[in-house]
Amino acid sequence: MTDPVPQSPGAAPSDCLRLAGREYRSRLIVGTGKYRDFEETRKAIEASGAAIVTVAVRRVNVVDRDRENLLDYLDPARFTILPNTAGCHTPDEAVRTCRLAREAGVGSMVKLEVIGDRKTLFPDTPGTLEAARLLVEDGFTVLPYISDDVVTARKLEDMGCAAVMPLAAPIGSGLGICNPYNIRIIQENVSIPVIVDAGVGTASDAAIVMEMGCDGVLMNTAIAGARDPVLMADAMKLAVESGRKAFLAGRIPRKLYATASSPIEGLLA
Amino acid sequence: MVIRINGKDSEVATDLSVARLLEDLELRPGRVVVELNARVLSRDAHGATRLKQGDEVEIVHFVGGG
Repeated sequence: MTDPVPQSPGAAPSDCLRLAGREYRSRLIVGTGKYRDFEETRKAIEASGAAIVTVAVRRVNVVDRDRENLLDYLDPARFTILPNTAGCHTPDEAVRTCRLAREAGVGSMVKLEVIGDRKTLFPDTPGTLEAARLLVEDGFTVLPYISDDVVTARKLEDMGCAAVMPLAAPIGSGLGICNPYNIRIIQENVSIPVIVDAGVGTASDAAIVMEMGCDGVLMNTAIAGARDPVLMADAMKLAVESGRKAFLAGRIPRKLYATASSPIEGLLA
Repeated sequence: MVIRINGKDSEVATDLSVARLLEDLELRPGRVVVELNARVLSRDAHGATRLKQGDEVEIVHFVGGG
């Protein structure tokens, strides 16, 4: 983990997510997909408190054009726009998508996804490694979505990626953290930030990710698919803050038997 | 002349610039990115770049995604 554990509560306010030398006000990164409309997207993102927001790159429908654009609702001066390569199945497609995104003028930080399987949307690891190498060489700040595999995470760190983003569960599944031990192993063995990406279902999942000491969490469906996305966005904001504080505070060890909280001395009779 | 825009053949005026194509399509240049024959075209080059018969143009933008 990159962040040292502060020794006093006073250290907490300066605690923020650091990526490639920049600081971000929130450890929660949110997606912009699956909302009813741009207005709901805007409200949910406001409520989430997120500083980094993911977007996808797609062809413009030149026949039936939308008057409005997502960026009309997400001021790039207030949010760091993080283009993704969702839907790309080869390194070439992913690199092409990133180069197009960079020309949009929102910086050169990208969320790299090279998908290897349509049913699970699990990453293609060799493809992800190859794309990451090409993108780092081309000057991108690369945040790769990966399986919860420490060997892949280490290789990406060595290559110069700014963070690794292991999945907690399949994208959009809401299953929560399926293998917390693998996430912990990644965390303990890389020094770049670990951001859990995909699989969060509800607020407690996000809190658990942060309690484990991860640097951040990225989610889309858990908020956009909730009955009330704006309320869920607020819940996620609190969960991420709460989980992070619990991590910094240091939880008590688990014990099998009870330890009384009230003194034994002075009991009646 | 015929060029290919986002995978579809389209009849356009000869000697059309990319800037003019976007204008004709009513697209805001600040909200889209253009790729010409598989190479990203910088916004500064929209005005000076003339399209030729058979050119392949991709016009993309950001949409909601995770």
